[in-house]
Amino acid sequence: MFTLFRKEINGYLSSLVAYITIGVFLLVMGLFLWVFPESSILDYGYATMEGLFNTAPYIFMFMIPALTMRTLSEEQKDGTFELLATRPLTDWQIVWGKYFACLLIVLLALLPTLIYYYAVYKLGATEGNIDTGAVIGSYIGLFLLGGAFVAIGLFASSVTKNQIIAFAIGVFLCFFTFIGFDSLSQLLSFRTIDSFIASLGINEHYQSVSRGVLDTRDLVYFLSFIGAFLVVTKTVLGGRKW
Amino acid sequence: MSIIVDQLTKVYGQQRAIDNISFNAEPGKILGFLGPNGAGKSTTMKILAGFIPQTHGRASVAGFDVTGQSLEVRRNLGYLPEHNPLYLDMYVKESMEFVANLHGVANRAARISEVIDLTGLGVEQHKKIGALSKGYRQRVGIAQAIIHDPKVLILDEPTSGLDPNQLVEIRNLLKELGKSKTLVLSTHIMQEVEAICEQVVIINKGQIVANDSLAGLKESHSKNSLEEIFISLTSPAGFSVD
Repeated sequence: MFTLFRKEINGYLSSLVAYITIGVFLLVMGLFLWVFPESSILDYGYATMEGLFNTAPYIFMFMIPALTMRTLSEEQKDGTFELLATRPLTDWQIVWGKYFACLLIVLLALLPTLIYYYAVYKLGATEGNIDTGAVIGSYIGLFLLGGAFVAIGLFASSVTKNQIIAFAIGVFLCFFTFIGFDSLSQLLSFRTIDSFIASLGINEHYQSVSRGVLDTRDLVYFLSFIGAFLVVTKTVLGGRKW
Repeated sequence: MSIIVDQLTKVYGQQRAIDNISFNAEPGKILGFLGPNGAGKSTTMKILAGFIPQTHGRASVAGFDVTGQSLEVRRNLGYLPEHNPLYLDMYVKESMEFVANLHGVANRAARISEVIDLTGLGVEQHKKIGALSKGYRQRVGIAQAIIHDPKVLILDEPTSGLDPNQLVEIRNLLKELGKSKTLVLSTHIMQEVEAICEQVVIINKGQIVANDSLAGLKESHSKNSLEEIFISLTSPAGFSVD
């Protein structure tokens, strides 16, 4: 599995894919947080990074499917999946190798934003006037969210040979699982079970982790969400239907 | 017996891609697996390589069952898929290292340079696979199949797209490999079979129509060239050369 993981990472880093997606992510993040007046921390006047954590999921929603769309569909299209699958590797090792490689790229995109934390920390009216606990919680939340989106992206990539279709499916599923359940829960007819429906969505758990309280229920939710999508991905791959 | 195929059947929807076929292959005797396009050659080879499951029947490679002991089969098998899929954005050596790592080959650097010599990739070894001509790509595919020194080799059209000089080189290589290993290869070039194969299995519309040694086949059909035998056994509507 580690061999495949390394090959995937090398593939990302030796092509422009990783640099461009990470670069675009950081550029958009930077513009939102420091330049655009409606969302700029400087104009807002409070030492908080909420802007980042509210915007990042929406950028992830496009960035992560873009990152994952080629992982399995390209292998299927070029027939190289046959190369992998006839080597002494289990389907699980293939799925995990690819999953962790994408996750590492997401982590690499997140790391530079720590500079923003440092900046806000220094800029506070009293230096250090920022809720560090909440920031740590939010980073953990964002990372878990990234993990969930990577699992969705991998699944989307496994069902089709076409990268564009994989991207479209990935974006839709990320969008729907993130806020779709919130919107559904607000429909009148669901009044009695609306909190249950909302709790199926990622947003509910993301917000809860972001408060800085790491609840086991949220952790279990994210891990089983990731697990469920990877199980389906593995099953799709095992079907060899292409 | 290193490859045992016992009443193997593969059904795709309504169509029987291979229908109840049985044959064996043993070390030291290169087996030519022949048949018209769409006869079921690649399907059989994919099943033997553990890539797709069979519908009925059993098959074993190097003493391991292809369904029950798939990982063991893949450890002992060198497989070159049809159309020779390769990671085009990898360097020749990089791809060899990747495959060698997957197999946990000991003494990697030495083995890689040995295989590069064997397959005549020396001058091209620092290029990207995507920059190679078809003949050299074919060699990379063969090199990847033999890098872990497998006991059994299954090569699906290893010589397609080679020029006459390369043909001779690759045939010599295959002949050399076939001395100690079990080697099954499919091809459409009858002269090639006559030049290197001892055993011949001909498959038509999913069924075996001949399974004999090359000499035995010529004797029983009282024809001199394999081409005539092939046509008389597999051509539609009993078309014959005479």
